Amino acid sequence: MKLHEYQSKNIFSKYGIPIPKGRVATTAQEAKHIAEELGGRIVIKSQVLVGGRGKAGGVKLAKDPVEAEQLATQILGMEIKGLPVRKVLVDEASAIDQEIYFSITNDRAARKPVMIASAAGGVDIEEVAATNPEKIVKVHIDPLLGLREYQARDVAVAIDLPRDYWKDFIKIAAGLWNAYKATDATLAEINPLVITKEKKLIALDGKMMIDDNALFRLPELAEMRDTDEDAPAEIEARKYGLSFIKLDGDIGCMVNGAGLAMTSMDVIKLFGGEPANFLDVGGGADAKKVAAAMRIILTDPNVKAVLFNIFGGITRCDEVAKGILTAMDEVKPNVPMVVRLVGTNAEEGRKLLENANMITAETLADAAKKSVEAAKKGK
Amino acid sequence: MSILVDKNTRLIVQGITGNEGLFHTTQMAAYGTNVVGGVTPGKGGEWVLEKIPVFDSVKTAKDATDANATIIFVPARFAPDAMFEAADAGIPLIICITEGVAVQDMMRVRNYLDQKRVRLIGPNCPGLLTPGEAKVGIIPGNIAIPGNVGVVSRSGTLTYEVLYAMKNLGMGASTCVGIGGDPVNGTNFIDVLEMFEHDPKTEKVIMIGEIGGNDEEKAAEFIASKMTKPVASFIAGQTAPPGKRMGHAGAIIEGGAGTAADKIKALEAAGVKVAKHPEEIPTLLQ
Repeated sequence: MKLHEYQSKNIFSKYGIPIPKGRVATTAQEAKHIAEELGGRIVIKSQVLVGGRGKAGGVKLAKDPVEAEQLATQILGMEIKGLPVRKVLVDEASAIDQEIYFSITNDRAARKPVMIASAAGGVDIEEVAATNPEKIVKVHIDPLLGLREYQARDVAVAIDLPRDYWKDFIKIAAGLWNAYKATDATLAEINPLVITKEKKLIALDGKMMIDDNALFRLPELAEMRDTDEDAPAEIEARKYGLSFIKLDGDIGCMVNGAGLAMTSMDVIKLFGGEPANFLDVGGGADAKKVAAAMRIILTDPNVKAVLFNIFGGITRCDEVAKGILTAMDEVKPNVPMVVRLVGTNAEEGRKLLENANMITAETLADAAKKSVEAAKKGK
Repeated sequence: MSILVDKNTRLIVQGITGNEGLFHTTQMAAYGTNVVGGVTPGKGGEWVLEKIPVFDSVKTAKDATDANATIIFVPARFAPDAMFEAADAGIPLIICITEGVAVQDMMRVRNYLDQKRVRLIGPNCPGLLTPGEAKVGIIPGNIAIPGNVGVVSRSGTLTYEVLYAMKNLGMGASTCVGIGGDPVNGTNFIDVLEMFEHDPKTEKVIMIGEIGGNDEEKAAEFIASKMTKPVASFIAGQTAPPGKRMGHAGAIIEGGAGTAADKIKALEAAGVKVAKHPEEIPTLLQ
C-alpha cells in the first residue's frame, strides 16, 4: 500500500523527523486559509500516488495566499499520468542549501533492511544509481539488532555531511528506522532531506510504502488506504480476497495460483492473444469466490472471451464449476468461454459444465489457442 | 536417495487441528509420509486420525517423537512465532506453507534461523514431494511419479502443471521443492540446485522461476560455474506489467529489475534451455 506525501510526512513527524509546517487541502479556499495561517512563501503540492509530480507541473511556488488559491485551483483541476488530483499539500516554502537522498527499504537479496543515502538528492534515485552509482551509500541493518548509532554516523560521513549536522542526522536516521519498523514499511524515503539556509535539516518530501501483509496489526494505517486511484474492479476483487490486475487485452483469465495465472497470460500472448487481466482466485476457492471473480472479469467491456484454467490441488474443480454456473445464471454472459479443469475432482467439474455451452480444452496450450481463436471471432 | 525428505522423515505438523492442517495431515499420512505428531497449543493430549498424538508445544512434541522435520499450517500472524518455536526446539528442517507472512517478520525469522543453522523451506510454498516416499506439503501426490528429475519452483499450481506434464510423458521426479513466492524466504534456487547436483538419484533438473528479485540470475551464474547436470527452465510473468504485484508478494518488477526477459537471457547464457510454455519444459530434457 502506497501512502501519500502528506501521510508519510505526518508519520515521519511523529517519529521526531522535522518536516515543513503545512496541511492538506481539498479545495482552493482551504488552501488559501492554510497559506494565510502559514504566512510567507508557500508550496502547493499535488497529492497523487505517482512519481514525477514536479515535472508534470503538479508542484508550484506561491508568494502569497491569493496566488496560493489560484495555483491550488489550477492543480486541483489537473490530471497527472491519468490520475485526477483530489488533494494538495500546502507547505511553507524552504530556502534550500543542499538536497540529500535518504531512505530505508528492504533488500530482498540480502534479507535485511538497507539504509540508502546520497549527497545527490532531490532527483530520481534510480537515475543516480544508473549514472553515478559511486554517489550512493548503502548500509545494511541487522533486523534483530536494529539500527546502531555508529551506522547512521558512518552514513553521514560517507555522504560528506558537515560535522555540525551529524547529531541531527543521527536523530533523523533513528526516527526513520523507528517509523519504518513500526509501520511495517517496505520503503520509508525522504527525498529530498534538505539543509536550509537557516542551517536546519528538514524532510521536504516523503514517500512510504506499507506491507499489505502487515495491515492486520496496523488498523490505523489500513484506514489510510486511498482507494480513489484504484480501478473499481480491483477494489471489488480485494473485498473477495481475489488478486486482480486489469490489463489492456481482450481475453479475460481466471486461474488458481499466481504463478499459473501469470503463465496463462504468457501462453495467451504466445499464441497471438492479449490478456485482459491477471486474476488469481487463490487456493481452495469456493463457488462464491469464483462467481465474484467471473462478475469482475465480465464487467470489462473489452473482454471478448474468457479462459478458465484450474489445476485442482486444494481447490476442487467441482466447486469452481458450481461457481461458474452460478455466475452464468446471474450475469448471462454473451462471450465465448474456454474451460480447462485438471486435478482434484476435475471429472465431477467437467460433468457439471457439460450442458453449459463452454469450449473445453485438455492442455494449457490448447486452452490458450482456443481462447485466442474465440476472441478473434468475437471482434 | 533424494533431497530434504524421504521415507526416514519423521514429521510433525504445527497447526494440526486447524482446517488446513487436518486436511493435509490426512493427505500426507495417506501418501505414506511418517507423520509422528502434531502441535496445537491447548490441545495437547488429543489424537488426530486416531494415531497421531497432539502436543502443546514443539519442544514436547520433539522430545516425545524425535521428529526431524516440521510443517507449519498456522495463520500468517502466528507463523513467525511458529518458526521461531520450531528452531528453538531444535528441529533442523522447517517447511512453512502459510501465505501472507509480513516481510519484516520474515527478515527477522531468516536471520535468526541462519544463526541456528536451521533449514527453512517457504513460506508461501507448496512444500516438498519425493514421489513414492514422502509428501511434506500440499502438492497432490497423484500428479507425480518417482524418477530422476529434480524440480525446484517459486510457484504452486504452476509446479503441479509441470509435474503433470512430466507424468504424461512418463518422466518422474526425484524430489520436487517449492521454495515459495515471497521476497524473503528460507531457501533459494542455488541452495536447491546444489543439493540436486550432489544427489546421486537426480540426473536432470527443472527450475521454474518468475518475475521479481534476481534469484534466477544468481542461479544462472551457479549453473554455469558449478553444475554438471542439465537444467531446463521456465519463467512466468513475461507479459506482467512493471510495478504491479502479480499475486505473490515477491513477483513484482521494480525499478526495471526482475523482468522475465533478463532472467531468460541470463539462463540461456548459462546453457539452460528455457521453455516457451510450461508443458514444453519436460520435452527439453528428453
